[in-house]
Amino acid sequence: MDATDQKRLLREMLFARRFEERCAEAYHERQIGGFLHLYPGQEACAIGVLEKAQTGSDYVVTGYRDHIHALKSGMDPKALMAELFGKEAGCSKGRGGSMHLFDPDVHFMGGYALVGGPFPLAAGFAKVIQLRGGQEISICFLGDGANNQGTFHETMNMASLWKLPVLFICENNLYGIGTAIERATVEINQYKRVAPYGIEAAQCDGQDIDIVMSHAEKAVNYVREQRKPYFLELMTYRLRGHSMSDSGAYRSKEEVEEWAQRDPIGIYKRRLVEAGVVTEEEFHAMDKAIQDEIENEVVRYAMECPEPRVEDVARYVYTEGGNHHG
Amino acid sequence: MAELMYWQGILRAHDEEMARDPLVFAMGEDIGVAGGTYKATSGLFAKYGEQRVIDTPISENSYTGIGVGAAMLGARPIVEIMSVNFAWLAMDQLMNNAAKIHYMSGGRIRCPFVMRVPGGTAHQLGAQHSARMEKVFMGISGLRVVTPATPRDAYGLLKSAVRSDDPVVIIEHESMYNLKGEVPDEEFFTPLEGVEIMRPGKDISIFAYNISVHWALDAAQKLASEYGIDAEVIDLRALKPLDRAGIAASVRKTHRALIVEEDEAPVGVGSEVIAIINEECFFDLDAAPVRVHALDVPIPYNHRLEKAAIPNAGDVVAAVKKMFGR
Repeated sequence: MDATDQKRLLREMLFARRFEERCAEAYHERQIGGFLHLYPGQEACAIGVLEKAQTGSDYVVTGYRDHIHALKSGMDPKALMAELFGKEAGCSKGRGGSMHLFDPDVHFMGGYALVGGPFPLAAGFAKVIQLRGGQEISICFLGDGANNQGTFHETMNMASLWKLPVLFICENNLYGIGTAIERATVEINQYKRVAPYGIEAAQCDGQDIDIVMSHAEKAVNYVREQRKPYFLELMTYRLRGHSMSDSGAYRSKEEVEEWAQRDPIGIYKRRLVEAGVVTEEEFHAMDKAIQDEIENEVVRYAMECPEPRVEDVARYVYTEGGNHHG
Repeated sequence: MAELMYWQGILRAHDEEMARDPLVFAMGEDIGVAGGTYKATSGLFAKYGEQRVIDTPISENSYTGIGVGAAMLGARPIVEIMSVNFAWLAMDQLMNNAAKIHYMSGGRIRCPFVMRVPGGTAHQLGAQHSARMEKVFMGISGLRVVTPATPRDAYGLLKSAVRSDDPVVIIEHESMYNLKGEVPDEEFFTPLEGVEIMRPGKDISIFAYNISVHWALDAAQKLASEYGIDAEVIDLRALKPLDRAGIAASVRKTHRALIVEEDEAPVGVGSEVIAIINEECFFDLDAAPVRVHALDVPIPYNHRLEKAAIPNAGDVVAAVKKMFGR
């Protein structure tokens, strides 16, 4: 990977971080409502994996912590922020919100609120790829908490049985909402849980994007070439709470501080500075430019564009012509 | 015009749609090699192969979700749930995903998903194989719910459901698969909305759906021959959305209404139809509308108790006689 790409990746992770922080501000200012689940600490996961996929062609689906998967899939940040602000120009026309981002134009097939709900959807996308005979793959990002749902086991079984080209990415951030993994799960190494289904799996550091990309490349190639599922577990951590209403009572400040030392942006930045790819000054200029872009282009757009018309509240319940009669 | 059995109508619709479109596929428990519990998919496995006629493991929620995911990419899955009772297990994928994706994506993703479920009480199957879930399905925004009462509509509704871009639940009946009736030889589509007048009459409107249409027709014959009461029998057919105008038009003509449903009150088709009558044509009524329904009990195994729990044509006749003071 050359210096230009390395700088781009650093910028993408930093953009993701600043985007999420700006969301938190907008939430406190009540411009964003509902539940808001932010991604700081996990940036290397979505960005590292999707860097090695064919975004726009491969199909991507995830849970409710979905902003950065949507961005890296190719969603316009303005359409994303407009959605969070509940606007008609949002990626889901203001009907979805933070947990329900959609952009089928870039094959980002959604964020979903029910934990474990996307497992079978991802297998369904793969089923269609199989029927059409295409070379795309389906990529499903979920957390460790989702693996205690029945859909995890049911889908692993069927995906393996029917040789469906799905890459399952488990972002193991050690907590299912506010319950530590070892208090909810017997086998805490998630990658071991797919072995009975005959699915190849690996576990790696999710904080170092170079490590993520190296494993993701193998995983993506495996699914694309073998046309069967693969499971990759990324060990990561959320530096913020589960959502904006998180007491934090379930984990210690020391633990959070310890993981903050392994911040994926910090790790990558130090590496690029040491290698002479980027200087401290360039990094600060990059950060400033990102924050200006988010404020002056993204947030301004989201603030200024109109809300949906109230008279359209029942639009999209059914499709036009859904009452088929020949 | 050929005389077909109910299951043969369903099979013919599958076959025609699968022959027409390679992205139409069927999945469910025992539908392939075994030919389907009620033969409705018999012969399709040999004709279309295991990629398109898929025997699933007993994992209702996740194979439903695989169907939903496939529909999101433009395939047209026909998912059979072996018994409507098992659909409770699939409610998450049906309700949270299939029904809501089009709306919460702001109309950007369509979900042309079809679920076929044999519903109703058969004979001494006990409480966990005798559910009627129409009240549940018809309470979910974004779904279409239809209920064929004849082989003609068993064929025509499945044809329309496959072509519709909305998710459609088709409630069949375990006791009706061998029912015979005329089905036109040429291709046709039964609309997914609107009532059908099965027997015109002037004295009272009897609203029914699925198996209760047959109870209503038997009752109407007896009311005419023995009591000189000319009942109009309306097959509601589409339970969601209900045809408000069609219901009101009949009541405006007869000024009396009775609803007969196999499902239990409280909460159900009967209460909904009476609410519609109140809202649309209350002042056209000559008498309070009446509902005939199952008792509010889990369906018992004992044959006398089971019979007592479910309404029949005699109950309809008795209720109508009472309305007319006979």
